[in-house]
Amino acid sequence: MDMPAPDPRVLARKADLVARLRKVLPRDAVIDDPAETRAYECDALTAYRCPPLCAVLPASTAEVAAVLRICHALDVPVVPRGSGTSLAGGALPTGDSVILGVARMNAVLETDYDNRFIRVQTGRTNLSVTGAVEANGFFYAPDPSSQLACAIAGNIAMNSGGAHCLKYGVTTNNLMGVTMVTMDGEVVEIGGPWMDAGGLDLLGVICGSEGQLGVVTEAVLRILPKPEGARPVLMGFASNEVAGACVRDIIEAGVLPVAIEFMDRPCIRATEAFAGAGYPDCEALLIVEVEGSETEIAEQLEVILEIARRHDPVELRESGSPEESARIWLGRKSAFGAMGQINDYMCLDGTIPVSALPEVLRRIGEMSREVGLEVANVFHAGDGNMHPLILFDANKPGDLERCEAFGAEILKLCVEVGGCLTGEHGVGIEKRDLMNVQYAPEDLEAQMAVKDVFDPKWLLNPAKVFPLGASAGRRDVLSAAE
Amino acid sequence: MGPASETELAEMIRGASGPLDLRGGGTRVPWRPRGGAVLSTGGLSGVRLYEPGAMTLVVGAGTPVAEVEAVLAEKGQRLAFEPMDARGLMRTEGAPTIGGVMAANVSGPRRVQVGAARDFLLGVRFVDGTGQVVKNGGRVMKNVTGYDLVKLMAGSFGTLGVLTEVALKVMAVPQAETTLVARGLETGAALAALRAALGTPFDVSGACHIPLGEGTETRLRLEGMAGSVAYRAGRLRESLCAGWEMVGGAESAALWREVRDVTALAGTGEAVWKISTVPGRAAELVAGLADLAPRAVFDWGGGLIWLAVAAEVDAGAAAIRSAVARLGGHATLVRAPDTLRARVPMFQPQAAAVARIAAGLRARFDPRGLLNPGLMAASDEVPA
Repeated sequence: MDMPAPDPRVLARKADLVARLRKVLPRDAVIDDPAETRAYECDALTAYRCPPLCAVLPASTAEVAAVLRICHALDVPVVPRGSGTSLAGGALPTGDSVILGVARMNAVLETDYDNRFIRVQTGRTNLSVTGAVEANGFFYAPDPSSQLACAIAGNIAMNSGGAHCLKYGVTTNNLMGVTMVTMDGEVVEIGGPWMDAGGLDLLGVICGSEGQLGVVTEAVLRILPKPEGARPVLMGFASNEVAGACVRDIIEAGVLPVAIEFMDRPCIRATEAFAGAGYPDCEALLIVEVEGSETEIAEQLEVILEIARRHDPVELRESGSPEESARIWLGRKSAFGAMGQINDYMCLDGTIPVSALPEVLRRIGEMSREVGLEVANVFHAGDGNMHPLILFDANKPGDLERCEAFGAEILKLCVEVGGCLTGEHGVGIEKRDLMNVQYAPEDLEAQMAVKDVFDPKWLLNPAKVFPLGASAGRRDVLSAAE
Repeated sequence: MGPASETELAEMIRGASGPLDLRGGGTRVPWRPRGGAVLSTGGLSGVRLYEPGAMTLVVGAGTPVAEVEAVLAEKGQRLAFEPMDARGLMRTEGAPTIGGVMAANVSGPRRVQVGAARDFLLGVRFVDGTGQVVKNGGRVMKNVTGYDLVKLMAGSFGTLGVLTEVALKVMAVPQAETTLVARGLETGAALAALRAALGTPFDVSGACHIPLGEGTETRLRLEGMAGSVAYRAGRLRESLCAGWEMVGGAESAALWREVRDVTALAGTGEAVWKISTVPGRAAELVAGLADLAPRAVFDWGGGLIWLAVAAEVDAGAAAIRSAVARLGGHATLVRAPDTLRARVPMFQPQAAAVARIAAGLRARFDPRGLLNPGLMAASDEVPA
């Protein structure tokens, strides 16, 4: 994975930059000691590392604005960072960049149950947003697996999803307004606690822009009343095809579960060995969860179980207690941990039309045998968001490269069947060079034109999302200015 | 002009030398016609792909909404965001198109439960103001590949490009629906009841308070499986909605078509505003405009106000827009005679920084200022 070489002209400005930053931030909020900046050298895509020029930890929108004004004036690239849990390298610095971490901005600013919203600073973690409102019977719906650690800022940047977005949507469907600082230090307010933002849908394009359009410091989020109850059912099937057909039939029947999770045999085996959740020994497994009161759960499950029975399940297990529910979810929730236990792995995030599921799984299996790297599949089947985990050995020379090449082939397959490269993790650096597979040069040009408007100098997280070749002319601001 | 294909449309835009008034079904008249050529998308119609089991439909932007709905109904599905038919309110003819619905981000009463039109738009193809064909998004439910121009196009009223194809998320028509109705409630109390109901786990899919004859009706809708709807209606009537009448089936559906199409304000000469605000401030907002003697339809639990006022002077623009600026939200003038349209901008003026970004985007996507020029701009200036 190439990253642009640090600009020596920017590196030469470090002392001046740090001195200026210290004038607008408290002493401990500017980190330039190389021993300490190493803490910011990577995110959750740990294969790639590079310490930044320095890191700053502003505590308010005004401090963020002050930092950005300085960096803008000195033409220093800025990489915004939430909690650093990106799997796509969204928060990976370059050696000539300033990491702008929002971790110190984690306050709840306003909760309004009557109008069903919460206003938070974006350094707040996803789970602690729900934590702030659950005593009153509310929750914040998007629930990425990293929700204990990941920040709302990163959720907005990547338009994060989670297991329950089949019913509740992803971040963009739950975001009502933002306070954002543009690269030149201007503070803009977009949307608010009302149901549509008005004017052009800037909120819609900011969400998912991977920190390239501005630094979002505050967010108005929709909160929802918690359902009365929830219950999962576990189904085992003799083949991926049959499990895929069952998913399709459930959706066509018009029942909308909150989650439909899918695991294939390699994944079932690994999690079973790791967590011992008591999963059946079968080719494919579905966990379908429904919500509501006892009456409503029973009514939905009746329909779902009837459909499942038509597909000759090798196992059909309805939860009868909270303990059994937890047990059904245990394997799924520990899937990634289980994989990490046996191997290094790379987690992909392509999305496919649900109808293409059996074909895609079959072809991934074929490719896996050809390449000689094992793949375990675990994913959100209701919305077609796959998470193939490719197992490799990081200590074996060449294995990472083989794994990456294989991953690229799987993502190309996702696009070929009508899907996309990434459903919820974002492009970052990981899928940057595959963007040409999904989009024509004109399509990318239209996206880059948006960045031109928000960040004309291309200083915010510049080496991400777009293939380096496509963005080269725009990123080289210093040369352009001379 | 009526291009029959995307390629033809792109050629027409490349060759255009003056403003173009974009038209879907023509149910929303151009705000200030510039005497430019009318560009109709009617030729870009037809179903391209429909996968009920994946909840996705891809259609040409010029496809009439009625045709889309008929195709979906055959498989027991629908456009869950419930787009309005504006003909009654706007006193227009023609047939609403799916492209027009998306370009105006038209969301009906179910907005409170399932989201807005833009939340159901998965992918777009469009031709920008230079004649360039662009695609964005796709046809899958979850997609964060690159910037979300899909959302940007929704609600852009054609000013960034002309939609040629849209991919939509569709949903199943639920088994049952029931509406709970109360009559004669005072506005504040009615809206408080709606907000309280929306704050329960009973999954309310419509919450309105509307004038009806001399009185008012306050309505809450529940949809889903039959047993579930009955259960939730029962729970609400035990508490918040004691004494509310229950209306079911086709009769309930008819009540919500009426709300969706704002029929309470149709057929008069008044000017009509569409106001988006904080639901809990809706009653105060309208009470503060008593001098205008408005008639108000409250939807989205108060978050959406349709306001009819006399079509005189500025149709209350100064008072309404300053009240909205103070209480939060924005006001769009959707119906007014030509004389008023000439004086009052359709959209709420935006803060300078936001307006600059919006103008910058329009200038990039439509550098010659051809596409519905001036419609969304704070001023009438066409970019040089």
